[in-house]
Amino acid sequence: MDLDLILNSFPKLLSASIITLKLLSVSLMIGMFIGLFFAILRIKNNIIFGKIAYVYSYIFRGTPLLVQIFIIYYGFGQVEFIRESFLWIILKEPYWCAVIAFALNTGAYTSEILRSAFQTIKPGYIEAGKSLGVANKIIFYKIQIPIAIRQSLPAYGNEIILMLKGTSLASTVTLMDLTGVAKYIISTTFKPIEVFVIAGSIYLFMTFIIHNLIKFLEKKYSF
Amino acid sequence: MELLLFGETGWGDELLIATLMTLAVSITAMLIGFVFALIFTPLKLSKNKFLNLIANFYTTVIRGVPELLVIYLFFFGGSSAIMFVASIFGYNDYIEINAFLTGAFSIGIISGAYSTEVFRGAIQSIDKGQFEASNVLGFNKVTRFFKIILPQMLRLSIPNLSNVWQITLKDTSLISVTGLVEIMRQSYIAAGSTRDPLLFYTVAAVLYLMLTFLSMKFINKMEIKYNRGY
Repeated sequence: MDLDLILNSFPKLLSASIITLKLLSVSLMIGMFIGLFFAILRIKNNIIFGKIAYVYSYIFRGTPLLVQIFIIYYGFGQVEFIRESFLWIILKEPYWCAVIAFALNTGAYTSEILRSAFQTIKPGYIEAGKSLGVANKIIFYKIQIPIAIRQSLPAYGNEIILMLKGTSLASTVTLMDLTGVAKYIISTTFKPIEVFVIAGSIYLFMTFIIHNLIKFLEKKYSF
Repeated sequence: MELLLFGETGWGDELLIATLMTLAVSITAMLIGFVFALIFTPLKLSKNKFLNLIANFYTTVIRGVPELLVIYLFFFGGSSAIMFVASIFGYNDYIEINAFLTGAFSIGIISGAYSTEVFRGAIQSIDKGQFEASNVLGFNKVTRFFKIILPQMLRLSIPNLSNVWQITLKDTSLISVTGLVEIMRQSYIAAGSTRDPLLFYTVAAVLYLMLTFLSMKFINKMEIKYNRGY
């Protein structure tokens, strides 16, 4: 164990973890909207839209996240009309490419989580709303969505932790997140164990916080 | 499109071999994972607090740390660890370990952590009467495990193991950073030399989709086969 290396690299890794957290929170927020949108498409009884949503989630859950990042970062840059359109302002930045890939990926998983949550809502709740004369729209926004979100909290907590680990792939498109900096330090000092211990502990600490936050929310919104 | 043809000018045959390589790494990693799971599941279920702690440490750390970081640990740390051991025995030359083994081993450790949790859940959901009956009939612990618990455990864990398989299959794309030529690495090479990354990464995505689709079909068949008595 090289104690000097640990003390020296700890602040570097800690400041790199800010990028990791930024990537995580931005892509989770966008992914939540994408997931909600596709989950609603799935539960509405429209065959075409339902199929589209199913294919979307199948593709993004069936391929590795690394392929998705590479298609967006390396692949889209090759297409002429993307490079000439306004999209290029976003797609030339590795940061936004990573965020788009993460958001689409977590959106696919979130849509599955929310879909199953919507489908397990007891029909009694909706019937009660209808018999009380509540409008369909209000039943959806005030009854179905809150219950679905509560139901999906445990599964969504797992998804957040999977996504936290997924953000490490941002290092493959030149972003210096926690894993990127860790790899840089490992390849310059050739001391993988020390760096792994620190970077790993930072990741574990974040996992621990997320896990407890979700537990707290579950307790707060239990019914 | 002619870029995907077989033969000298196309990348079709290279991609096919790379797909087989991905499949080989995934299966090896899964098997290594089973070995880890068979070691750690008993520790997890044991009544000894210290053994519990070891098993929990393994599953928590591996499942809480990004796969890429674990791969870097073994990729950069593996050869130096082996060279250190070799230097004790008086061998001081540089040793490079096989990219396939490093990759399969690091993914195997990860999939082992997931398999451990699956096996633990499966054993805990086996009816208590089965354990009691085998005690009453006088089986010793080893026969009880292999003849009574293991077959039931495997059947109960097939659905969750299929998730672990999917995770393992997709994780193998990360070993491309170590230089092993599997689907991802081959697409990277092809994209670099033809300057057509969109095509090759899309093909990679399709190949992975095919693998996950076919393996799901296979696992569903297996599930039906092993559930036929129930």
